[in-house]
Amino acid sequence: MITGQRQEAIDKSLFEANVESQVSKIPSIIIEPSQHWLNLDLLSIWNYRELLYFLALRDIQIRYKQTLIGIVWVLLQPILTTIVFSVLFSSIGQGTAQDIPYPLFAFSGFTIWTFFNAAIFNSSNSLINHTGLITKVFFPRLIIPISAVGAILLDLFFGLLSLLVVMLIYHATPNWTVIFAPFFLFIILLLALGLGILLSAVSVRYRDVKYILPFALQLWLFVSPVFYSLKVLPQKAIWLWKLNPIAGALDGFRAALFGQEFDVYGIAVSIFISVIIFLFAVYVFHRMEDGFADVI
Amino acid sequence: MSLCIKVENLSKRYRLGSLKQQDGTLRDVLASALKKSFSGSKTKNDTDILWALRDVDFEVQQGSTLGIIGGNGAGKSTLLKILSRITKPTSGRIEIKGRVGSLLEVGTGFHQDLTGRENVYLNGAILGMKRREIEKKFDDIVNFAEVERFINTPVKFYSSGMYTRLAFAVAAHFEPEILIIDEVLAVGDAAFQRKCLGKMNEVANDGRTVLFVSHNAGALHQICRTGLYLERGQMKNFGEIKTVLAQYQADNDKGGSVKTEDRQNPLAIGDGQVRFIDWRLTDASTRQPHSMFSREKTNFEFTLVCKRRSLSVHFKLTLFDERNNEIYVAHNLAGGVRETELEIGIYKVNWHCDLPIKAGTYRFLAEVYSDHGEGVLDAWEALPKLTVLPVSEHTLSAEFQGLVNTPVTFEINFENLSA
Repeated sequence: MITGQRQEAIDKSLFEANVESQVSKIPSIIIEPSQHWLNLDLLSIWNYRELLYFLALRDIQIRYKQTLIGIVWVLLQPILTTIVFSVLFSSIGQGTAQDIPYPLFAFSGFTIWTFFNAAIFNSSNSLINHTGLITKVFFPRLIIPISAVGAILLDLFFGLLSLLVVMLIYHATPNWTVIFAPFFLFIILLLALGLGILLSAVSVRYRDVKYILPFALQLWLFVSPVFYSLKVLPQKAIWLWKLNPIAGALDGFRAALFGQEFDVYGIAVSIFISVIIFLFAVYVFHRMEDGFADVI
Repeated sequence: MSLCIKVENLSKRYRLGSLKQQDGTLRDVLASALKKSFSGSKTKNDTDILWALRDVDFEVQQGSTLGIIGGNGAGKSTLLKILSRITKPTSGRIEIKGRVGSLLEVGTGFHQDLTGRENVYLNGAILGMKRREIEKKFDDIVNFAEVERFINTPVKFYSSGMYTRLAFAVAAHFEPEILIIDEVLAVGDAAFQRKCLGKMNEVANDGRTVLFVSHNAGALHQICRTGLYLERGQMKNFGEIKTVLAQYQADNDKGGSVKTEDRQNPLAIGDGQVRFIDWRLTDASTRQPHSMFSREKTNFEFTLVCKRRSLSVHFKLTLFDERNNEIYVAHNLAGGVRETELEIGIYKVNWHCDLPIKAGTYRFLAEVYSDHGEGVLDAWEALPKLTVLPVSEHTLSAEFQGLVNTPVTFEINFENLSA
């Protein structure tokens, strides 16, 4: 029989051996002045996925604490805008929407746009809003703008649910092509992420972003096929409109939903520009992130 | 023991201009770009450059505890920030073995509108804990913080004490191989600070590595084995904590001018603007200034020099016996005084105590804290030590007495002679 004291000694030596072996297994962390290369560093973001989840959760919790109707606010915005536009543009609408009712056309556009708009807005301000975290704790900084977009995904989910309801009201059953819709949502998500990441990094140094952004997004809405179709434009100008990265993805989303013809050229441009913007954003972010704690 | 942290030639440079441009907008940048192109010169003024750290070199063994000390602007925080990977060094290299957890602030990421429970999970995730780890420790955390009843209440309704306790509790249950702590102990009341120190001792005894920045010489002395003394970004001393603290204190006292050097023990911290310089017993029946009889009610009078204006402070007095047991702690709150405002001048701080302690020699620590988050302004290990003489009618020598020496009445009665 082992006496209590001896057992303790054995436990202790086991523990020490354990610590020893753990230490030798642990890879070293090297801290050096930074070198810059395009480094997505997806592994470290994956390691911090729980933080990503908790930050997004916190964002959502805070947004709807002490509001009476919470998530309804998210739906109210596209619904009200759609009503306004349906009344104002009912004449243009007839021509633009082709085989689908104009309110349905506009609502599908505004659901996506509301998400896009909110995602960019939320993530571009995210670093400034988390100054405390940036100056006091280490984790991959990309987590912050990504989680800010993640928090808005919940809004998109409810937006899509309400879109489904509106479709049922108008007796528009989704075409089988609807299985492609997530792909277009993904492009829009990628574009929003890219712009959000880029603007969040820039706004750490230049707070101007906060003032320019609402205005820029307003202008962008008007040059995007959200409440009108590209078909109302003069034939000669259409190629210019299609350089707008959200145009192809948004059109593709509608085409998938309502079973219209896909505009391959527009979609390709949209994918190409979105990917370029995203990679550029991550590059800029990595170049700037070492200075965040010193500058913010 | 294996090497755990290796720091080589570490330097960090700040450009003062960029610090000023914290709220820099595009306009400033455009303006300065224009100015530059007109003046044509691109030379950077040397006075605009600040070396927060310069060629710092040291090593920490696994399982050891390093205390970092230095005045304001010495580079302590910058060093911790680089070690925690919050900011990058300008040159040099650090190699770290193990998971680093840094507590540069208590309650980072706490949000007023979230409940205690939600904040525990969020804060844990921010520190780098896994959700399962937090779930497992959740009850311990809540118990440690003593907030069981309020765990589902938003923290904005917490008292500041509860808030701090909860925040520290999360951090205290975080178990990285290397723990970096910055002045966390400057918060909370005396009892809570002791709890924190206890927890840190536990961590240090666990074979984990601790790096600890503090102005509290007592705490550094108690917890750390090695010390690193920084001054204006450069290493002034690195070695055994006693030697390092002694040099730091000696350097600091050179700066003082009033008769604060007169005090018997140079051990000192803070900026030297508030200093205890002397103590005496005013009404001991021994008629001596530094000795009293056991069980005697007496008055400790400390002389305090203050060279600053409107300073809101509180006081603490701790008594230790020969075995370094903390046997008595007095706080001005316990004495019924909530807050004291100091002006420039000399003060007499009086503690009326009733100490039924056994005969012997006692050392004690007089501390004054700022209420504005500056932490400890002065901690003086008072000299000469306090001598407690045995009560005259007592014939037993000290080793037959317990710590507490209250009067006792003894009797023995005959009950029954069993059959």
